[in-house]
Amino acid sequence: MSTVALIRRSAPGYLETLLAGQPQLRASPLAWVNPLRAQAVSRLNVLTVPTLRDEEWRFTDISPLTRLSFQPVRSATDLHAADIEQFYLEDATTRLVFVDGVYAPQLSSTLTDGGVMVANLSAADTAQAATIEPHLGHHAAFSDNVFAALNTAFLQDVAVILVPRNVDLATPVHLLFIATQTEVASYPRCLLVAESGSSVTLIEDYVALQGEAYFINPVTEIVLADRAHVKHIRVQRDSAKSFHISNCAVSLGCSSNYQSVSVALGAQISRYNLNVLLAEGAECAIDGLALIADSQLADTHTAIDHAQPHGVSRQLHKCIVGGSAHAVFNGKVMVRQGAQRTDSVQSSRNLLLTGKAHVDTKPQLEIFADDVKCAHGATIGQIDSEEVFYLKSRGLSDSVARSLLTYAFGAEIIERIPVASLKHRLEQTVLEQTSSQS
Amino acid sequence: MIYQDSKTLLEVRGLRATVNGIEILKDLDFTVKSGEVHAIMGPNGSGKSTFAKVLAGHTAYEVTAGSVLFEGNNLFELAPEERARAGVFLAFQYPIEIPGVANSQFLRLTYNTVQAQRGKEELDPLEFDDFVREKMKLLEMSPDFLDRSVNEGFSGGEKKRNEILQMALLDPRLAILDETDSGLDIDALRIVSRGVNQLANKDNAIVLVTHYQRLLNYIVPDFVHVMESGRIIKTGDKALALELETRGYEWVAAENQAASDTRAAEEAA
Repeated sequence: MSTVALIRRSAPGYLETLLAGQPQLRASPLAWVNPLRAQAVSRLNVLTVPTLRDEEWRFTDISPLTRLSFQPVRSATDLHAADIEQFYLEDATTRLVFVDGVYAPQLSSTLTDGGVMVANLSAADTAQAATIEPHLGHHAAFSDNVFAALNTAFLQDVAVILVPRNVDLATPVHLLFIATQTEVASYPRCLLVAESGSSVTLIEDYVALQGEAYFINPVTEIVLADRAHVKHIRVQRDSAKSFHISNCAVSLGCSSNYQSVSVALGAQISRYNLNVLLAEGAECAIDGLALIADSQLADTHTAIDHAQPHGVSRQLHKCIVGGSAHAVFNGKVMVRQGAQRTDSVQSSRNLLLTGKAHVDTKPQLEIFADDVKCAHGATIGQIDSEEVFYLKSRGLSDSVARSLLTYAFGAEIIERIPVASLKHRLEQTVLEQTSSQS
Repeated sequence: MIYQDSKTLLEVRGLRATVNGIEILKDLDFTVKSGEVHAIMGPNGSGKSTFAKVLAGHTAYEVTAGSVLFEGNNLFELAPEERARAGVFLAFQYPIEIPGVANSQFLRLTYNTVQAQRGKEELDPLEFDDFVREKMKLLEMSPDFLDRSVNEGFSGGEKKRNEILQMALLDPRLAILDETDSGLDIDALRIVSRGVNQLANKDNAIVLVTHYQRLLNYIVPDFVHVMESGRIIKTGDKALALELETRGYEWVAAENQAASDTRAAEEAA
């Protein structure tokens, strides 16, 4: 296996360094967590850091990440509400705050009411632990995924959202992950279990209070039982020098419905793997926007797995790429044998703002059933000169015309965010970002 | 309407323009004074729309000769947006759809941009809302069009009304309406024409580019020009449009050819 040897040479002992730096994690009060961590550690002894030679990473060079060393968080930063109020969302008042991956109870407002749990893992009682155990670490597979394994090896604090049968959680849950320390590695973790017929809106929000390099490696698992409804908004606005590599696994029960909007704005290098598994009659809508500039790299890999019949999936992924930035989209749609009457539409649309901007897009359709309706497509383009002329003929300057058109391109995704305060804030962010780029 | 002592708004002399190296406008002369309504007619490919776009500053067209003065200043020294702010307005034959930008947002942005450039007061969203709704009544447009994306999913007639709404907001000195009547049914034609007529005054001027005499029943021109092969070959009053409607364009071209042959013969003699 010469490639393995090469990989090992190109990143000497990177994982070993990370693992060695790990302070002895205190044993979890939940006995079953310790073997889960141990399994992940044992996989890390086998797995290697991916390089451009790996098919799944061939457009995304993470060597800048492996050249730096990151320490685990040794002492938590003491933040006050005043430091982070700027990130609060007025219509998402149930909030769990994690500072460099460490749960911050004094900044969080948990919810435990009528069987609902929105709290850190350590708060789980026996019954809740019994619900959590079969799911935590069982959806985001780490046997072949080095970053999911890393996260699981360091598993400590976990944002847990349990929504009992037929409960409609009206208030969105806001998970706020705040980066404050430089040159640290943090491993945010989230588990959402929506029991049958329940509904919930989850906001996963990654922000920074500093601008230097750090490594953030989140894993999120979302489980929808039959007929559950989950809306999931993910906003990655990490610092411009950070590395953000994340995995999210979603499992949809029969006739359940999952809608997600993910927005990637920050990080020097970011990678988001989203795997969605659909049971019979399940529906998902997965939308994404990457808005990047300078020398940023944003990679989104999604896999939608129609494992059973009558599933519906919709996906619109957009990239707006300025500067000498590089966007990657790889969207696999799998229709398994027997998954008849699957209905899938996937679209990748990309806007290049400069001559040096770069996008690699790869929609992938793999169909093993014979009675399905599947469509996919990709477009890459620049701002339309006729549209610019139209706006200029109405008195708008060239730069205003271009930023308005760029904004409009991204707004189609932002508009799909079902939380008004977050939507408006992101509209403003996108408007500012597109204005500064043109 | 023709007024005594009105100022010259637009003066085009010997204008030549090419697109992709092909000459479309060939020695075009054209003068517009304030208060006037002009109609430019002519067969397909005669250069009418090219002329309209050259005046608005479309970059696909290269001006190779001639001059255009707008209120005495060289129009070609102005970028398209500066022309708009100075008071040149082009109603597009095919208005562009802009998904993702609310019409209200777009209209207010253009209005305030032009107002600011003219040293006039800008309006906040609430004030603008009242203002634009009043203008929309003129065109019998539903306020629903404010919330929709610019021109997206609008019918042909709705797009043209939206163009004239922009004209009403931007208050141009020179409005060039490029086939604004195409795709309009009789009712829409009547509404759009009434809007244009209400916007016409002695300080501005309107140039209608059209194929059909029908529009000129509603917006009555002071001058009718026939364009052929990139030049204006005949100018008359509104009666000329009626004559074109019954006789077509060929006789004008033939007449023009005969006249130039005569000139050539005289010069040779």
